Order: sequence, then structure tokens, then C-alpha cells
Amino acid sequence: MIHALLAPFAYAFMQRALVAACIVGILCSMMGTYVVLRKLAFIGDGLAHASFAGIVIAYLRNIDYQLGAAVVAVLTALGIGFVHRKGKVSLDTSIGVLFTAAFALGIFLMSRQTRYTLDLQSFLFGDILSVTRGDLIFIVVVSAAVFIAAMLAFRDMLFASFDPVVAEAAGLPVKWLDYGLLVALALTIVVSLQSVGIVLVAALLVTPAAAAYQLAKRFTPMLLLSAAFGVTSTVGGLYASYFLGSSSGATIVLVATLLFFIAVALKRLRPA
Amino acid sequence: MSCDVELHNVRVSYDAFCALEGIDLCIQHGEALGIVGPNGSGKSTLLKTIAGLLRPERGTICVFGTEPRRLPRGTIAYVPQVEAVDWGFPATVSDVVAMGRFSHLPWWRRFGPTDRALVDEAIDAVGMTPMAGRHIAELSGGQQQRAFIARALAQQPRLLLLDEPTTGVDAATEEALRLVVRGVVGRGTPVLMTTHDLERVDEWFDRLMVLDRRTLALGTPDEVAASGAYSAIREHTHTHGHLRVDHDPHEGHEAHPEVRV
Repeated sequence: MIHALLAPFAYAFMQRALVAACIVGILCSMMGTYVVLRKLAFIGDGLAHASFAGIVIAYLRNIDYQLGAAVVAVLTALGIGFVHRKGKVSLDTSIGVLFTAAFALGIFLMSRQTRYTLDLQSFLFGDILSVTRGDLIFIVVVSAAVFIAAMLAFRDMLFASFDPVVAEAAGLPVKWLDYGLLVALALTIVVSLQSVGIVLVAALLVTPAAAAYQLAKRFTPMLLLSAAFGVTSTVGGLYASYFLGSSSGATIVLVATLLFFIAVALKRLRPA
Repeated sequence: MSCDVELHNVRVSYDAFCALEGIDLCIQHGEALGIVGPNGSGKSTLLKTIAGLLRPERGTICVFGTEPRRLPRGTIAYVPQVEAVDWGFPATVSDVVAMGRFSHLPWWRRFGPTDRALVDEAIDAVGMTPMAGRHIAELSGGQQQRAFIARALAQQPRLLLLDEPTTGVDAATEEALRLVVRGVVGRGTPVLMTTHDLERVDEWFDRLMVLDRRTLALGTPDEVAASGAYSAIREHTHTHGHLRVDHDPHEGHEAHPEVRV
């Protein structure tokens, strides 16, 4: 019985997928707490679509697609922050304008291509089973950098997320924290692209944190609960997809959604 | 004597709307200044400008000898009139007050027993100790206001800015707040506070400023009363049948999030 349950992990590609699933699950859901608390749900979708332009450019220039995705996602994140502050438009408008522009640029560049070997499907929907050793190193290094930065800025980010005006009056660098968060989210998304794909990565940023928001009364428990939901979704989804023969990205997102509705139900059942 | 806070010919505008004009002010060490004026008179704008949240279009502002935005972290504590926070945010009263310490804690310093003690002390000063473990959504409006004042106290700022802290609180809380403010002032920290309440201004403040986009009067409460400058405001409020006037469109404009620098 145990043997049968562990069977999938006899394969090296499944072991790599499992490591990727754990890292991506924890990173996305922890960064997701800020996304949910700052009401930035739209940004995951936006930056993921924007990174598509980077993937196409990298493909055309024959460079590493993760590098291309990272550069374009980070530039779009900074652009979103800049347009929001200088153009005095709301953040969701700024996201709406810039991500569609970057996505359109990606489509534009691809439509002028005659040789059509780019596997679009795997970028749109992700393929965690195709994670190579090199991909895994990229995931580990970038995730570690984002995680360390988030830990160092933890208190400032918490104050600025809760009450930016008062935090700014107290001398916290609220503007730089906002830009820093956007860049960290861009990198989180790029790291997760291969596992869940452009279309579904937003779910990993929003759904586990939204589930934790239902149940937690304080910030740190919300962060930990979100991480638990995130890793349960990615690892559970990966595992289920192996037996169901389904798309790993889609299965991961469906597990996360199921956990979200369980959290909503628990909140309703719990006495006030 | 030098000023802790010094404004010289300050003008602040929101796009085409001029909110403050020709403001000169000198606040000395350990002084409580009350700012009164009708709605839309620029009281909140004045506090936000001193806090460094708005840039003056003209004139200079010096807080402890420098521009507000260049001050070290934790120098200014500001308590807005209406807290535009998400009340569903996962935080208890104690968590919110703890944020007051964050400006003094760079990443390598941990939140230690001293910080904990200052947080408890601040919660106690506003009479919120029984509510310390409550989620912020479970508080009444007055209790929320007290929690935010406690956060400002825990910060141990060198300058305290309070925007209408007495609006919507009961008489007992108001008296508790007055004692808190006098305690802060007694330790040498200047306090600037806006208010609609013209009762007992002499017990709250050392000096009073009557504002209506420009300075109408500035002096001790007795001097200001004698000048007749705020009889206009008194009448203004009395014609509305109460001391606290309802919202007016300019105040809404001031609170607009897009005008932040």
C-alpha cells in the first residue's frame, strides 16, 4: 500500500516536480497574503500575462526564457507602480493598461514568426513534470532571494500594508516598499510559471491566502496557514494529477479552490 | 527660543484648489497647539503637510531643523481623523499598537521586552487593556480611535499630530485623552491637534490657532477668545444646531487618496 503511494516518486522527474511544488506552494501563498490584504488579486494575473512577452522575446533572441520572463515581469511591475503614482490612476487601472500591453507585445512578436516551435501550451498551462535540474536551481535561488527580502522587510511591509498613510508619516519608506512588493511578486510569478502556467498562477497567489484570511485573526497565523494551504494544494495537486492523468497546473488550482471553500464553510460553522 | 516646528509662508494646493495660504507658525518644545476652524478650513491639510504627507506648493516647513520627509524614522506620529484601514485585516488591538514600535526597529533588531512593555503601557494609557486581545473589527468607533492613539503613544514620537481625536468619543474617553495629551506635552513632546470642540480649550491647549485657509487668530485660548476670531466659528457651528459640523465636500477632497505625494 505504502509502496504504491510512494511509487510516483521513484521517478527523478517526479522528485524534481515535488521539490518545485513545495517551494512554489509556500512562496506563492506567503506572498499571496500581501496580495489579498492589499486587494491586489488582479496583479498575479497581470504580471503573469506580461511575462509572456519576455518568454517570446527570449525565444526569438535565443536566450533563457526564464530570464526573459523575469526581466519583462519586473519591468512591468515597476511600470505599474510608476504609472499608478505619477499618472494618478488607480492601481488596478494601471495594472489593466500595462499587462495587456505587454501581453499584446508578446502576441505581436509571435504573430510575425514563421517558424513555430515555441510550445505555447506548456507556458499557458504549465508543466511541472518538465522541470529540469537547471530549472530547479533557478527556482531555489530566486525563491530564496524573495523569501529573505520578505523576511527582512517583514515589519515595515506589515505596517505599510495595514496603514500606509500613518506608516509614511512615521518615516517608513512606503513608496519603496510598494515597488519592492511589486518586484517580489513579479519574481514569485516567474518562478511559478513552469509549475502552473500563465493562466493559473494568479490562483496560487490569491486562493490559499484568501482561504487563510477566512480563518486567521492575526497576521502571522494567516501567513503560516496560507503557506500550509499553498503547499497542500501544490503537492496534493501534483500527486492527484499523477493518478488521474490530469494537467498538474489545473489539478493544483482545483485543490486550492476546494480548500478555499472548506475554509469558507468552517468560518460559517464556527460560532462568532 | 528656537522652534521644534516652524512654518514660513506655507501654501498648499490640491490641483486648482488652494487649501492653505500664508501660514506662519512656530511650535515650541512641550507645547500643545489646538487648531480650530470650520470644515474645509484646511486643518487636516495642515497636519498632513507637517507630517510630510503633502508637499507645500510654496514656503518652508522645518521640523526639528529639517524637512519632514528627511527626519529619522519614528520622529512623527500622526493619527488621522478617519482611519481608512481594512477592518477585516488580521490584527488585534495589541498587534496594531505594536506597529507603533516598528519605526524604531530595523530588521536586525527583534521586538523585545522593552517594546512589549511600551505597547502595554500605551494600551493602558488609553484604557484599552481589557480589549487588548480583541480583533480590531470587534471594537466600537471610539475604541478604534483609542487603539490608534495608543499606537502613536507606543511610537514615542518627538512630535504628535492628532486629527480630531475627540470626534465620536464619550465624555469619559475625552477626559482620558486630554490627560494623555497633557502627559505627552508634559514630557516635552509638542502636540498639534485639530478639534471641532470649543469647550474647555484652555484645559487642552497652551495655544490656539483659528484657521480658515489662512490664520485668523493665533495665541493663548484667552487671547483668541478676546480677539473674537472664533466667535465666527462659534456662530457657524451654532447655526448648524450643534458643535460638530457635518462633513463638507472639501474635507472629502482632503481625504482623497490620489492626492498623496
